[in-house]
This record gives sequence, C-alpha cells and structure tokens, in this order.
Amino acid sequence: MHEFIAGSATFGVVLSLVCYYIGVLLKKKFNSGLMNPLLISIILVIIILLTFKIDYADFNSSAKYLSWLLTPATVSLAIPLYMELDRLKKNIKAIMISIFVGTVTSLAVILMFAFIFHFSHAQYVTFLPKSITTAIGMGISEEMGGIVPITVAAIIVTGILGNIIGESVLKLCKVTDPIAKGLAMGTSAHAIGTAKAMEMGEVEGAMSSLAIVTAGIITVIGANLFGMFI
Amino acid sequence: MKYLKEFGIILLITCIGELFRFVIPLPIPGSIYGLVLMLVLLITKVIKLEEVKSAAQFLIAIMPVMFIPAAAGLINSWSELQPILIPALVTTVVSTFIVMAVTGITAQKIIRSSSKEEQ
Repeated sequence: MHEFIAGSATFGVVLSLVCYYIGVLLKKKFNSGLMNPLLISIILVIIILLTFKIDYADFNSSAKYLSWLLTPATVSLAIPLYMELDRLKKNIKAIMISIFVGTVTSLAVILMFAFIFHFSHAQYVTFLPKSITTAIGMGISEEMGGIVPITVAAIIVTGILGNIIGESVLKLCKVTDPIAKGLAMGTSAHAIGTAKAMEMGEVEGAMSSLAIVTAGIITVIGANLFGMFI
Repeated sequence: MKYLKEFGIILLITCIGELFRFVIPLPIPGSIYGLVLMLVLLITKVIKLEEVKSAAQFLIAIMPVMFIPAAAGLINSWSELQPILIPALVTTVVSTFIVMAVTGITAQKIIRSSSKEEQ
C-alpha cells in the first residue's frame, strides 16, 4: 500500500478532490458558514492520513500537482482585477487608503501579539500574511522563513471566521456602504470572505476581489518591512 | 486549441514571473511578478482579455482545492503549532475583527466625505 501511494501520480489529488466534494455536499445540506468545504476537506484528509498511517510525504508525492497549479492561478487573479479596472479608477482614493490602512493594521496587530506572546521570528512571520489570500500568503511565509502549513491554517481560519462574523461586525460598526463592505471583507478575510461579500451583492463582491489582490501586494512589501521588527 | 493557447499564455507569464523572482533579490513570490505583469499586458492590450479569460476563470474557480495539500502538511508541523496553539488562535481571531472594522470604517468615511465634496 505504501509503495502504491508513493508511486501513484493521482492518489493525493483524488483524495483531496473527494474530500472537497464531501465538503461541498455538507455545505449544501446544512447551509452554514461553519460548513466550509475547504476546512472540511483539510480535516478529512488529515483524519484519513492519520487513520490509515499514510506518510504525508507519500500523499504529497501526487498531491503536489494541485499545489503546482497555485502559481498560474495566482497570476490569473489579474483577470478579474482588469475587468474591474473602471470601478477601481473611479474609487481609487477610498480603495487604496482603506486597503492600505487595513493591511498595516493587520501587520501592526500581529506585531503587538508577537510581543505579548514572545513569538520567535519564524513564528512571527508565519502569522504576518494571515489576512491575505493563501496563494500569496504561502509565498510570503516561505520566502521569509515562516512555518508554511501553519500560515495556511491561520489564513483559512481567518477566512472562515470573516465569512461567519462579517455581516455582524460591519453592522456593529455601522458600515453600510457597499464598496466599504466589500473592501472590509476582502482585506480582512481574502477569498473566503469574498464568498460572503458576493452574497451581500455584486458591488461588494467585486470590491472584495479587488481587495484580495491589492491587500496581497501591499502585504508583500509590508510584511518584509515588519519582518525586521522581531 | 483555445484552452491550450490560453493556458499556454498564463504559463508563459508565470514562467517570466519566476524568472523575475530568480533575478531580483527580494523575498517576493514569482506569482506576484506574474500577476502584475499580466495586468500590465492586459492594460496595454498586448494580451487581449479573450485570449486568457476562460482558462484564468477556470483556474480561479478551482483554486480552493489547491490549498488542501499544503494545509494537510499541518500533520508534520503539529509539534511546532501545539505549544503556541492558544496565542495562535488569539492572534488570528482578534486581528481579523480589528482589520475588518478598521478597513470598513476608513473606506466609508472617505467615500462619504468625497461624495459631499462632489455635491
């Protein structure tokens, strides 16, 4: 069995897809924010690997082909950004300032907690890119010497949390403008938050997608500067 | 041929992005160089939207499953996460709240003040 899994070019991919599909089915059935297909699929894959004592390295010898697609997929994020270019130009001031302020706030809050909890440099840079899309966040964590799987977990937890609490937090802060709502969702909770923004409305969804890319790029620079503090 | 060409263009730009990453000594992932390059080529009309749109939208649609293998790697990092589990959760949860509120309030203030100016 060990040799089969290690030698297979598809096992890891199929296992990941099946687990994700189960997550999609559960989401349809219960229609709750907690039923996030990505979260469910990750938990299922981990449970299966542990239960059947499958080495992560064996699983990843084929699952890595899924990760391989991440770089071209991130490059592809330029396409929705280009399609929203007119709206971006029209509200450029509000968009740029608020995403910038939100991103710097994120980095500053993480720096504060890193001091409080005495994080090492590796632990600190692991959390720095936690509010941005996994594709970019993973890259930043890797480049800066963070613990990549923990970064991915923090990013996913952030997204799901943002998805669930988004509407209440925005209501509490009296944020009603659709552009502002979308920017808040995308800047704080990346793609998973954007899924909620899409439910709120078209403008919210578009602005949230825009915030994913913009916050991602600002974080690339910001995380490198903040990385010097610890 | 349509999809092959679209995917080919995306891969070519990704590859150039990786080349930038190789040449420029900054800790910036190659995907970001590729993203910015793609955007510039679209704006300057060197690449037409139709030449990459379908393949790009397909890749974005299936993006969530691409994160599963890396996240499942938590298995190997559990020993590193376990001692900082509570701090990790506190950091993650509190920062999400604050960032969402700050971004939303800032954006709304600017939009409202600039629409007043227009009036």
